[in-house]
Amino acid sequence: MKKTEKIKSIEKLYKTIDHHIQKRKSEETPVLTVSAGTCGRARGSMRVIESLEKVIQKENLKDQVRIRVTGCHGFCEAEPNIILQPHNFFYQKVQPKDAKEIISETVLNDKIIERLLYTDPSTETKALNEDEIEFYKKQRRIVLGDNALIDPTEIGDYFSIGGYRSLAKALTEMKPEEIIETIQKSGLRGRGGAGFPTGNKWAFARKAKGDTKYVICNADEGDPGAYMDRSLLEGNPHRVLEGMIIGAYAIGTKEGYIYIRDEYPLALHHITLAIEQAKELGLLGESILGTDFSLDIHIAKGAGAFVCGEETALIASIEGRVGEPRQRPPFPAVKGLWKQPTNINNVETWANIPIILQKGADWFSQIGTNGSKGTKIFSLVGKINNTGLVEVPMGITLREIIFDIGGGIPGGKEFKAVQTGGPSGGCIPKEKLNLPIDYESLTAAGSIMGSGGMIVMDENTCMVDVAKYFLNFLRDESCGKCLSCREGTQRMWEIVKDITEGLGKEGDIELLVTLARAVKDASMCGLGQTAANPVLSTVRYFREEYEAHIKDKKCPAGVCKNLIQYLILEEKCTGCLACLKICSQEAITGELKKVHIINQEKCIKCGACFEACNFDAIIIE
Amino acid sequence: MITLKLNNVDVKAEEGWTLLETAKFYGLEIPTLCYNEGLSVYGGCRLCLVEIGEEPNTKLVSSCTYPAEEGLVVRTGTRRVIETRKMMIELMLSLAPNSKTIQDLASKFGVTQVRFKIRNEECILCGLCVRMCREQMDGRAIGFQNRGHKRKISTPFDMRSEECRLCGGCIYICPACQLRCQGPQPDTDVCNACLTMDPTCLDVYDELQCWMYDAGRCGTCVREEPEIKEASQALGKKK
Repeated sequence: MKKTEKIKSIEKLYKTIDHHIQKRKSEETPVLTVSAGTCGRARGSMRVIESLEKVIQKENLKDQVRIRVTGCHGFCEAEPNIILQPHNFFYQKVQPKDAKEIISETVLNDKIIERLLYTDPSTETKALNEDEIEFYKKQRRIVLGDNALIDPTEIGDYFSIGGYRSLAKALTEMKPEEIIETIQKSGLRGRGGAGFPTGNKWAFARKAKGDTKYVICNADEGDPGAYMDRSLLEGNPHRVLEGMIIGAYAIGTKEGYIYIRDEYPLALHHITLAIEQAKELGLLGESILGTDFSLDIHIAKGAGAFVCGEETALIASIEGRVGEPRQRPPFPAVKGLWKQPTNINNVETWANIPIILQKGADWFSQIGTNGSKGTKIFSLVGKINNTGLVEVPMGITLREIIFDIGGGIPGGKEFKAVQTGGPSGGCIPKEKLNLPIDYESLTAAGSIMGSGGMIVMDENTCMVDVAKYFLNFLRDESCGKCLSCREGTQRMWEIVKDITEGLGKEGDIELLVTLARAVKDASMCGLGQTAANPVLSTVRYFREEYEAHIKDKKCPAGVCKNLIQYLILEEKCTGCLACLKICSQEAITGELKKVHIINQEKCIKCGACFEACNFDAIIIE
Repeated sequence: MITLKLNNVDVKAEEGWTLLETAKFYGLEIPTLCYNEGLSVYGGCRLCLVEIGEEPNTKLVSSCTYPAEEGLVVRTGTRRVIETRKMMIELMLSLAPNSKTIQDLASKFGVTQVRFKIRNEECILCGLCVRMCREQMDGRAIGFQNRGHKRKISTPFDMRSEECRLCGGCIYICPACQLRCQGPQPDTDVCNACLTMDPTCLDVYDELQCWMYDAGRCGTCVREEPEIKEASQALGKKK
């Protein structure tokens, strides 16, 4: 590899950026953009890339087509997908065997391969490119959208979409105070969960006195079913880095850390590479771009403790101590890492900074609601047709996200609830579907914004079971310092577990609520203070379901094994032996063309017979 | 000097004091368990809760860790504090019903039932022994292991630690294993037997626990702190 030369002045940086923009504009060879984030790779995008490369080599087409390996485009349901530029054809669920055809038909002859196009499940129309797909229509992808344009391992690609221009602008045209003012004016709030105004946080850190100061990027994303930050770091690491450099300049620091989970190998690899490239070009290190501003950014790897996403626990972890939160105040902005003023922001928050500087605070504050500005990325998962990462303007309703963007619930089933904010968030029922999403409205509904997990649940989900799942997560992930959180989550889990096993007693719900409130009140950090949300929100909206478990010993959704039984309907059973053959416990007796019977004592409620029956003769009661 | 409002009275505190130190200085009793003057603060037992801030944005914090701040409004005996503290004691009792220290706390604060399954773990993970070993004995022989419900205190790798000099400091300071309570009643797991030894009614009036009830109240308990009165009324109603 040739040694890259350092960019020693801001004029040179502008020139480099312009050079790359021109290069991209004048590029005439078609580009096959393959999404290969962790999710894409899991669905085989690396094998697709491999076979594409083989075809290109075999046919000797190196000058006529190029492959760009990018991060996640957001539409997980359609992975692995390919976008062919300049036409912007969007091919979904591409298999390695399709490679030859894509090259020979689409690339060389501009012919569309119909079967690889996305078909809208409701209207049956085929979409040629992303803009025609419902999933993308209502999104506003100001942060995530660039993922499809760049190879995250090439800094040149980031230059070619105008990257690092905001940094140049910040260093030449703006004083640190002006930058902070701009961020304050934009109304950007922390995307990590609590929603503290970012500009104010910076202002505190700038004002605080210390020998040195630190900036930290919190990439310890640990919620089950959430991967916004991972996709940003995988797909566009330089944007996060640029945000951090600008922040460090505004706050007046020389050192920064990116605290990232070791379970994110690809994100870790890409951000490490980005730091190296930035250092090589002089965008990091001593006297950046010839100015007297210096910054060094280190990587700190987390070992997968959920609680380390909490600021003070994260700091403890970087310092080499056990990841346990401590009392705030003093806040990290006053006394943080190594007892020095420290500013911690979430990955998505950092990624918003270059955009705000580029387009201005006014532009940014036009998006969203009164209290919550800009867009938010959610990971839309669970019982939903279009699984994926969605970036939407604040104030959009849950209904729009779930039914318009998400395409509704698969199998024609009915929507029941959506769980937002990760394990310490809450479940929002269908009566609240028209809730506009912002920090305040979600809190009022008994949930939280959190970092943006959104788990959709259908009618076959038992809410008591859901509460049990999240409590089980929390009792594992509580650091264990506060009695209220450690014992509280354990005891709540025990009570809820008993309820799901049919051992619930009269008064359990009241005890749960009393305990949940005490846990919320008495705990020191955000984890404990929100740990009761899964219980409180499910009791609030689905109390009758708890009561059915306790009083009638029934699970209305048919999930809790101790409370259900499988029965064969006499009038529907044709005596086909299908269920009998599949039962591993030999719990079903019967003869050909005679009604079968399930022996309840032998039945382990695995549900295999239910799946096997072609005549809907088996029911769950 | 810092000026703050403690139970509706303007008081002054030294720079660097915690709320617990301030309250103690002014003669207010706040129960503690994981706190010890000779050790660093921890904030794990959640008994020393106080309510800070002004309505409606008040919250509970542990007074042993929270610094006295200029203009802060602090209330030590609100209903929210008392109810939450009782829940903390109930949780502790379910872990270590044989500890006299905890049974005494239960008696004192009117905890008369345990609604959780008794686990008899004896240890409530207050961390006093860990800090004692490290800070006073310069030992570092024991520490916390794991997190969440798997958390425990042990030596490294659960083996006999070479750092341990068998000084016994950890046993000396343990609130759970040193003093044993002899009489938890099997049906409730709450002892309450030593109620007669300690006039609990000086703090909170509780009809059920008042040993002068039949003879007519002695009157010493009637401290007219509105919040305490309210709390004791609420207690009375519940029963």
